Amino acid sequence: MPVSASAIYFLNLRGDVLINRLYRDDVGGNMVDAFRMHIMQTKELGTCPVRQIGGCSFFYMRISNVYIVIVVSSNANVACAFKFVVEAVALFKSYFGGAFDEDAIRNNFVLIYELLDEIMDFGYPQNLSPEILKLYITQEGVRSPFSSKPSDKPVPNATLQVTGAVGWRREGLVYKKNEVFLDIVESVNLLMSSKGSVLRCDVTGKILMKCFLSGMPDLKLGLNDKIGLEKESQLKSRPTKSGKTIELDDVTFHQCVNLTRFNSEKTVSFVPPDGEFELMKYRITEGVNLPFRVLPTIKELGRTRMEVNVKVKSVFGAKMFALGVVIKIPVPKQTAKTSFQVTSGRAKYNAAIDCLVWKIRKFPGQTEPTMSAEVELISTMAEKKSWTRPPIQMEFQVPMFTASGLRVRFLKVWEKSGYNTVEWVRYITKAGSYEVRC
Amino acid sequence: MSGHDSKYFSTTKKGEIPELKEELNSQYKDKRKDAVKKVIAAMTVGKDVSSLFTDVVNCMQTENLELKKLVYLYLINYAKSQPDLAILAVNTFVKDSQDPNPLIRALAVRTMGCIRVDKITEYLCDPLQRCLKDDDPYVRKTAAICVAKLFDINAELVEDRGFLDSLKDLISDNNPMVVANAVAALAEIQENSSRPIFEITGHTLSKLLTALNECTEWGQVFILDALSRYKAADAREAENIVERVTPRLQHANCAVVLSAVKMILQQMELITSTDVVRNLCKKMAPPLVTLLSAEPEIQYVALRNINLIVQRRPTILAHEIKVFFCKYNDPIYVKMEKLEIMIKLASDRNIDQVLLEFKEYATEVDVDFVRKAVRAIGRCAIKLERAAERCISVLLELIKIKVNYVVQEAIIVIKDIFRRYPNTYESIIATLCESLDTLDEPEAKASMIWIIGEYAERIDNADELLESFLESFPEEPAQVQLQLLTATVKLFLKKPTEGPQQMIQVVLNNATVETDNPDLRDRAYIYWRLLSTDPEAAKDVVLAEKPVITDDSNQLDPSLLDELLANIATLSSVYHKPPEAFVTRVKTTAQRIEEDDYPNGSEQGYSDATSHVVDGAASPPTSSSSSPYTATRQSAPPAAAPAPAPQVPDLLGDLMGLDNSGAIVPADQPAAPSSPPLPVLLPASTGQGLQISAQLTRRDGQIFYSLLFENNSQIPLDGFMIQFNKNTFGLAAAGPLQVPQLQPGTSAMSLLPMILFQNISAGPPSSLMQIAVKNNQQPVWYFNDKMAVNVLFTEDGRMERGSFLETWRSLPDSNEILKEFPGIVMSNPEATLDRLAASNMFFIAKRKHVNQDVFYFSAKIPQGVPILIELTTAVGNPGVKCAIKTPNPDMAPLFFEAVETLLKA
Repeated sequence: MPVSASAIYFLNLRGDVLINRLYRDDVGGNMVDAFRMHIMQTKELGTCPVRQIGGCSFFYMRISNVYIVIVVSSNANVACAFKFVVEAVALFKSYFGGAFDEDAIRNNFVLIYELLDEIMDFGYPQNLSPEILKLYITQEGVRSPFSSKPSDKPVPNATLQVTGAVGWRREGLVYKKNEVFLDIVESVNLLMSSKGSVLRCDVTGKILMKCFLSGMPDLKLGLNDKIGLEKESQLKSRPTKSGKTIELDDVTFHQCVNLTRFNSEKTVSFVPPDGEFELMKYRITEGVNLPFRVLPTIKELGRTRMEVNVKVKSVFGAKMFALGVVIKIPVPKQTAKTSFQVTSGRAKYNAAIDCLVWKIRKFPGQTEPTMSAEVELISTMAEKKSWTRPPIQMEFQVPMFTASGLRVRFLKVWEKSGYNTVEWVRYITKAGSYEVRC
Repeated sequence: MSGHDSKYFSTTKKGEIPELKEELNSQYKDKRKDAVKKVIAAMTVGKDVSSLFTDVVNCMQTENLELKKLVYLYLINYAKSQPDLAILAVNTFVKDSQDPNPLIRALAVRTMGCIRVDKITEYLCDPLQRCLKDDDPYVRKTAAICVAKLFDINAELVEDRGFLDSLKDLISDNNPMVVANAVAALAEIQENSSRPIFEITGHTLSKLLTALNECTEWGQVFILDALSRYKAADAREAENIVERVTPRLQHANCAVVLSAVKMILQQMELITSTDVVRNLCKKMAPPLVTLLSAEPEIQYVALRNINLIVQRRPTILAHEIKVFFCKYNDPIYVKMEKLEIMIKLASDRNIDQVLLEFKEYATEVDVDFVRKAVRAIGRCAIKLERAAERCISVLLELIKIKVNYVVQEAIIVIKDIFRRYPNTYESIIATLCESLDTLDEPEAKASMIWIIGEYAERIDNADELLESFLESFPEEPAQVQLQLLTATVKLFLKKPTEGPQQMIQVVLNNATVETDNPDLRDRAYIYWRLLSTDPEAAKDVVLAEKPVITDDSNQLDPSLLDELLANIATLSSVYHKPPEAFVTRVKTTAQRIEEDDYPNGSEQGYSDATSHVVDGAASPPTSSSSSPYTATRQSAPPAAAPAPAPQVPDLLGDLMGLDNSGAIVPADQPAAPSSPPLPVLLPASTGQGLQISAQLTRRDGQIFYSLLFENNSQIPLDGFMIQFNKNTFGLAAAGPLQVPQLQPGTSAMSLLPMILFQNISAGPPSSLMQIAVKNNQQPVWYFNDKMAVNVLFTEDGRMERGSFLETWRSLPDSNEILKEFPGIVMSNPEATLDRLAASNMFFIAKRKHVNQDVFYFSAKIPQGVPILIELTTAVGNPGVKCAIKTPNPDMAPLFFEAVETLLKA
């Protein structure tokens, strides 16, 4: 059954109900007490996001300082329920303009009630596109059209759009300057063994789009991915141009993209929503260009001293540079004193996270700064257990670099009025979970 | 556009309710609106504001949409507690449902459906009727869901007013969202009704598949979930469906992806072309992997589902094991699930890498995760023979770290490895013994003691080691005591010197006189008697070779797996339990209607099915419960499987056994009309109108499969054929199935002679039979039956007392398996003995023990395998303890089922 909720609760960390909405009659209004008693107040919290208590099942997620709890008593679609929560939070954020937390909920409870009524009916998710909902659910409350004549029909139009085939874009948009911004954002996930061999490595990328286009434009996006290029050359019966092509392991698209067409023709064509949205996500595991190599040597000298040497090599082009590079090297809890020597950036010991933190604000390509540190430990008899070394973690951003090598080849815009558009493309690679065991 | 609504939560000094009442009746609109907001705020924090009902309802007649919504919200919450006052709102609802603004029309219908007050429901019908035919799709999509709401309140009303037909019309609506909601509503109504309401035909199928392209993401989920119930007619149709569903795998919404995967897996069962299947497997892998980059909660749902998928189609993710490697910051529930999948995907090809990972995890912080990692290494050793040695060396490295719980966990798994590969890795025992004094958990202690006892002859100081445990014998948990007892006996038998002799005295004394634990006492007495009468026999019993254990990582039984795969993305797939196990809702309303409308047709079959489930008889969906560790844990109780169908074989008591089973008896001889109704195995709703009920029976020393075919479809059916899949006892049809042409509305009985030991399946014994039946008009039907093992009991199973005792002694101790039936009462032993004898379970002797009676029985299954049964009970009181001793102890769970059924009958 695609039902995904019988009731939804928003709780703060203490377990107080901030807002709740019952969609179906099969769960009691006091079910949240069971959740508080059996999950929030026990060690169970955080051990499993799907739990059965009595005849009901609870799914919960924590977002900032709020627990969102869904209660059902049937064999509900859990995937749908969690996705609904994720999308609903995105929707609320878009309404509140940013943060989603306890205060935001209290300050907007009337609006949230209104939205909850609209985005789910009897436990079935309905349209959650912020773009469309903002047409008729506003902070001020839409004035009922009793006063205006029915012929004006600003609102009936909205209902058509909620349910329409292009349920994410409203009609009649006009921009003086038609512009499209494309951001290719990649995060590199790496797990490297202490010996320097790559255990797992992949890139999850997304293409974010900001559209300021008039009318109902049809867009088509071309990338340098292998299958797309092959298909194109087949159709046009000319050989593929040489140059780097990349193989996408998997792609997922925003609901505006015509999937059937992608499946048959391998082209990404769509009518975009207005404003900002995530057009597609992709994953690559082959031929990833790692921007950094980390070479750690950690020596434990007796019971009370450690020597940490870390060399970080940037392997992207010399003209490029990385920003906000942070390298976190875990040290034991009983660390007492540290001293550092760095060839670039700054390093210090952060006792709150038990790490040596080395920061380099601007990190040019093809360089290899080093850090060496001496760590003194308090000798304790209590810590019998040997120290389990957590991995070294790294954060960074490299503008104009894609770890996958993905490039946008073209973005075509068709609109019946035939206007010209300006397209802007940016690339950036960030660290996802970039870990080196040591 | 952040709001400032929090001010409504603050209270004033004056009495709150009277103040609110005053404000609600204010002449100023804005003040009234603020007052309603305050009321809602109070409601949210749990204050009872129901006393303001009339005042709030008075604000309902407003032009302000926001205010109207708040009042409606209040109504939904309090109408049930004030049903008489709720009627005040009806007029406004009805008026609103004809408002020129479609948002208000929809709002009215949506809210009315949520108010579960009978009086209001009556007034809902007319507006709903209108809204289902509204010009505006927004209103229609809301009305569609409202029909499902009404059905939940009053199913009869929905049928009487013809809402179902209007709803079905909406499937052909030109607006995709209306279609999606109508499908969701119909699917839900169907789920709660036993009558066919929403049957998916080839025509609706193709219409809905087209609608998929235009729906919102959620609509796609509704449609895919509803369509996954559709059974394609043949491989070609299945391929067509799959082709139209595969594009959904690229959707960004995880629910769409999982529902598409579910549908593809269902259809793949029908596809015969290996190329197509391979291709589909290739296409499904990347989207499944992508789910692992979603939010951790979604990852968890995905992983639980992937666990099921790899059990059915291991090839899909065979090369993707790396993506299941745990990240340091993954939440614990994600790590645990990843570990489980890594074990399932581990193979000779990737084991080195996997072991490195496990070893890494075994040094992490979370104790549960570390333990599971260590256990995972052991499971890989048992699963992959060629990797066993490498697994052991990793375990030894971990033991050297000397982290207490790691060592204990390692010892537990090493014991299993010794059982799996006897006489191969004993060289490491010395290393294990070094950690002896650090053990403090019962399971680890018991495992270590088992190892010492089992290999006493190779451990020089085995007696010293065991002796160190003996001092604390009375304080040890039962698990450890039992192992200590057995280990001491083993030691004594292997090294019958003075030291062990003294030890055995101490242990036997402790375990008989000093203990209250009957298991321990019984075991000790048996050892004592064995040792004092015939030490050689004791050797045969205690030191007998143990059966080799197998890997347990593919734990779900096939029929349960089938059902769970049909429920991908739902709770059922997360819990790994069939929906009936946790959903308590019953189909009451719908059934009542059905009885009114259909006094005799299909209703017969349905009520059969219900009564049969109530009886506790086996129906395929509920027939599966499995305990994951049974196979590797020596001392674990056998899996509690539900009892097979009750049955009373008609028996003449002649001593014709196995040699007769090949004979073919006329197949169309009808079963005795007085016999109880056969359990329904293929309900008409699944079999496109064909219903099959069947059960194994034994007559005149011969096993028959008694079948009843009922044709509830519109066409005559002929050319029936039957096929049995490999099963534990190799049961198969002895001749062709003889069923005449079945006209619509008729039924036929058939008695099919069966033979044994035809296609014997490997793997752990199971009472499951998988059966396929085909005819010339329909696709092949597959269904499962749980065989009642007692039909296998042969007529020559009676044993003389002497030979019974001899057999009992000759079988090793580990072949004795115990189980309690707490609910069974033996009130009239004579009648029970007669009944058991009629089912070829023969009474041997009876003795009194304290205030309980102990009965001994013998039975035999073909090929002369004896089963010795001991029943201990206090006559007239509930609770029967059953011990079974047989050369094939792994079959014991099946015999327990049989004994339990016979006792219950």
